Amino acid sequence: MPAPSVVRGTPFHERTGPLCQAGNWRRWAGHLSASSYEPTHEHEYQAIRSACALIDVSPLHKYRLSGPGAAALANRVVTRDVDRQEIGRVYYTPWCDAAGKVRDDGTLHRLGASDFRLTSAEPTLKWLHENARGLDVEIEEETEQVAALALQGPRSRELLRRITDGDVAGLPYFRVMSARIAGIAAEISRTGYTGDLGYEIWVGAADAIPLWDALTEAGGPFGLAPAGMLALDMARLEAGLLLVDVDFIPAHRAIIEDRKSSPYELGLGWTVSLEASNFVGRAALRAERARPPAWRFRGIVLDWESLEAAYATVGLPPQLPGTTLRDSVPLYAGGRQVGYATSRGWSPTLKTYLGLAHLEAASAAVGTELEIEVTVEHRRRRARATVAKTPFFDPERKRATP
Amino acid sequence: MRAAAGTPANAYDAVVIGAGHNGLIAAAYLARAGLRVVVVERGEAPGGCAATEELWPGYRVDTGAHSLTGIDPSVMNDLGLVEAGPGGAGLEILSPAPCVVSPQPDGGTLILGTDPTRAADRIRPFSARDAARWPDFVAAMSRAIRALGVLYRTRPPRLAGASRGDLWELLRLGVRMGRVGRREALELLRLIPMTIEELLYEWFESEALKGALAADGVRGICQGPLASGTGYMFLHHMVGAGGVVRRRRQVRGGMGGLGGALQRVAVAAGAEVRLGHEVASIRVEDGRATGVVLAGGDEVAAPRVVSSADPGRTLLGLVDPGELAPEFVRALENIKYRGVVAKVHLALGEPPRLRSGGDAAQAAVLAGAAITIAPSIHYIERAYDDAKYGRPSARPVLDAVLTTALDPSLAPEGRHVLSVAAQYAPFQLADGSWADARREALGDAVVGALAEHIPNLEEAILHRHVLTPADLADRFALPEGNIHHGEMTLDQVFFGRPVAGWARFRTPIAGLYLCGAGTHPGGGLNGRPGALAAARILGDGKRRQD
Repeated sequence: MPAPSVVRGTPFHERTGPLCQAGNWRRWAGHLSASSYEPTHEHEYQAIRSACALIDVSPLHKYRLSGPGAAALANRVVTRDVDRQEIGRVYYTPWCDAAGKVRDDGTLHRLGASDFRLTSAEPTLKWLHENARGLDVEIEEETEQVAALALQGPRSRELLRRITDGDVAGLPYFRVMSARIAGIAAEISRTGYTGDLGYEIWVGAADAIPLWDALTEAGGPFGLAPAGMLALDMARLEAGLLLVDVDFIPAHRAIIEDRKSSPYELGLGWTVSLEASNFVGRAALRAERARPPAWRFRGIVLDWESLEAAYATVGLPPQLPGTTLRDSVPLYAGGRQVGYATSRGWSPTLKTYLGLAHLEAASAAVGTELEIEVTVEHRRRRARATVAKTPFFDPERKRATP
Repeated sequence: MRAAAGTPANAYDAVVIGAGHNGLIAAAYLARAGLRVVVVERGEAPGGCAATEELWPGYRVDTGAHSLTGIDPSVMNDLGLVEAGPGGAGLEILSPAPCVVSPQPDGGTLILGTDPTRAADRIRPFSARDAARWPDFVAAMSRAIRALGVLYRTRPPRLAGASRGDLWELLRLGVRMGRVGRREALELLRLIPMTIEELLYEWFESEALKGALAADGVRGICQGPLASGTGYMFLHHMVGAGGVVRRRRQVRGGMGGLGGALQRVAVAAGAEVRLGHEVASIRVEDGRATGVVLAGGDEVAAPRVVSSADPGRTLLGLVDPGELAPEFVRALENIKYRGVVAKVHLALGEPPRLRSGGDAAQAAVLAGAAITIAPSIHYIERAYDDAKYGRPSARPVLDAVLTTALDPSLAPEGRHVLSVAAQYAPFQLADGSWADARREALGDAVVGALAEHIPNLEEAILHRHVLTPADLADRFALPEGNIHHGEMTLDQVFFGRPVAGWARFRTPIAGLYLCGAGTHPGGGLNGRPGALAAARILGDGKRRQD
């Protein structure tokens, strides 16, 4: 008898399963998640950037905080000032340990005065409970109960408008609203992991299949395609968005101190509200703010000609990665290692070889000339790279409300 | 020293929670340094666990600690505790030459006293070999506790993330340890993790002797003498006793006199002591302690809050939980308390008469020596076996003190008070709780165990009063009845007291300090936590002024 599988399908699996021609599954938080549906992911990537794409993000950890102490709990955990979060507003936010090192990041949806949804990459239930001491708050894990679909791409708004009674056109960037989609009760948030116009749709798990069907039925004229993780990874690199375990290690899983990062070191200083209520890690971050952080998180752009030259030594044209590379490679300035790139990849939209990098502060100014290690036919070589601002790709439509 | 900037409206520079000995000692040092200090105490008398209560008319009973192991001599000197006269604190400490009388089941009785040569004579009937070794043992233990004493007079150096200042501290500690002697320091490192059984096995063969000594190795901890770290516990008491094995000391007029003397010292230094006021919470603003709120709602503002309450009560009970990081809260919640001591107080119509031991033993008891019921290490281990499974010991380890022997004023003429500390009585019972029936059963077990060796005891009892660990917890704000504000097992001493990373009297809340027995170097009426905490607070104040 075969051993039972330790992974399971998401609430959309009945649909996504047969669609996955590539059979290219990966595991995401205990769920099957398609890396790509088609044998290669280029079309899926192009759907995100040029049409619209459906991405099953149900494996995200989801928590509902409710009751009189819900806002206090949220304030206690996240680095942003929840007192200033209006109902219907979504915050992207990291959260830290007592030393001010990032444990995780996610989105905090304020659905009501005392009603929040928190999404996270890491299991967070215990951390929420530990912070709820003395607070009158109900913490409910709804990872399995709530199915989530990201509808991303320039045409996502047009498609969604067709099938919802909600004012999608009037929904600003990083807001959330309740609406019906083809009669199904849903929360629609103008959020995503692509850096493009897009939405995330949150429904009860039982409504997952009807939602999928409604979207795919209406999606034909808009070029809707299901997209997997490989396409999403390319899009998020262009958008300069951090990926947990790749661009940073959660502080509580870091086995050595050097693996931990503060929000300032990850370019997330803008999310830290030091005047807000006493969130975990605030004292440490206040102390850190008093002096500039030793590390910065930046974009880098590889220089084409030096890449060409590096490959020319073995008679090859530059070999470009078809997917986002997640191995760390050293960065040098003046012959000395000054950092490392944690994500790299080719941007089909920008026609540029990009990366996200941790850099010592002295070498982190935008425009700084660096060298990056490239392996050419088993040999280590270096190519030039320049420190760049993120996001690399930042279309107006991402934030615009018509 | 001046008040912290920005708090000119404060009438006080520091508010101390609790007028136990550590709270008062911290207050006295702070007031002497020029701080305006107020001590807030929920009880009506100062002294905390050093308490004397009139349980029955004319009988003043030490309901908490009945022996003063020893306030650190430097604290005694600094504060002039024993100075007599109008300006002096007038603490009078009574100490008998015979320290302990240990009756044996087979009829013998072991007597130990302050004089090593005389003690050797007393040991000889039990073992000539042990008697010969006794003076060397006392000398060896004295050397070991000199090294331990160095650690006890300093705050544990910070090792993780140590700064230059921390390394300087470590270096100075190293130099002081070096002065004691490298061999002594290494020997101490060897002894600390040992079981008291192993430690004594290296020296002695007499079960009677080993039992009487091992009783000190398990005092206040929920461990038997075969557990690691009980050797350290023995040494801990030796430090307090200044190297005298099982030293007996009490305060004239009752142990409560210690609180009174310390209050006088603190008040003379300029501190204010407010009795009968319970602290309901510690006020924290923007991560800084700003004072305390009293049970009645009144507030006492001060830029420093110094708590002699146990770490859990202070940080989990008085501080808004939202002010503390979960990792820290988890560490606090994991502190082991596991109180195991009960008290039985007896008013006697006549002095206890020992069944065995003859005139010498009887004379020792009447001179004020403690009667110990711990005839062997295995007797103690069996008593612990019950506690291990959540039951009070059927045959408990006892430490009975005839306080009226040294101080007849504690009872009406011709009457006596016998104060008994009984172990093991686990705070957490396997079944049920410490209800009245259990309390009386405990009293019966204790009296029964004593009566085996004191035939006239039951008839002599005029009154009986029993405090279970639960009663001690309520009466003296002892966490789970633990007499040391946290079990002094190896994981919970030095760098680990009260929790790892916070062994230096500060807390994650700026301006909030701990100064009680739950901090280094722990419990046993030694006063060092209060003194070390005060030094830390004054050091922090200096640093701010720089």
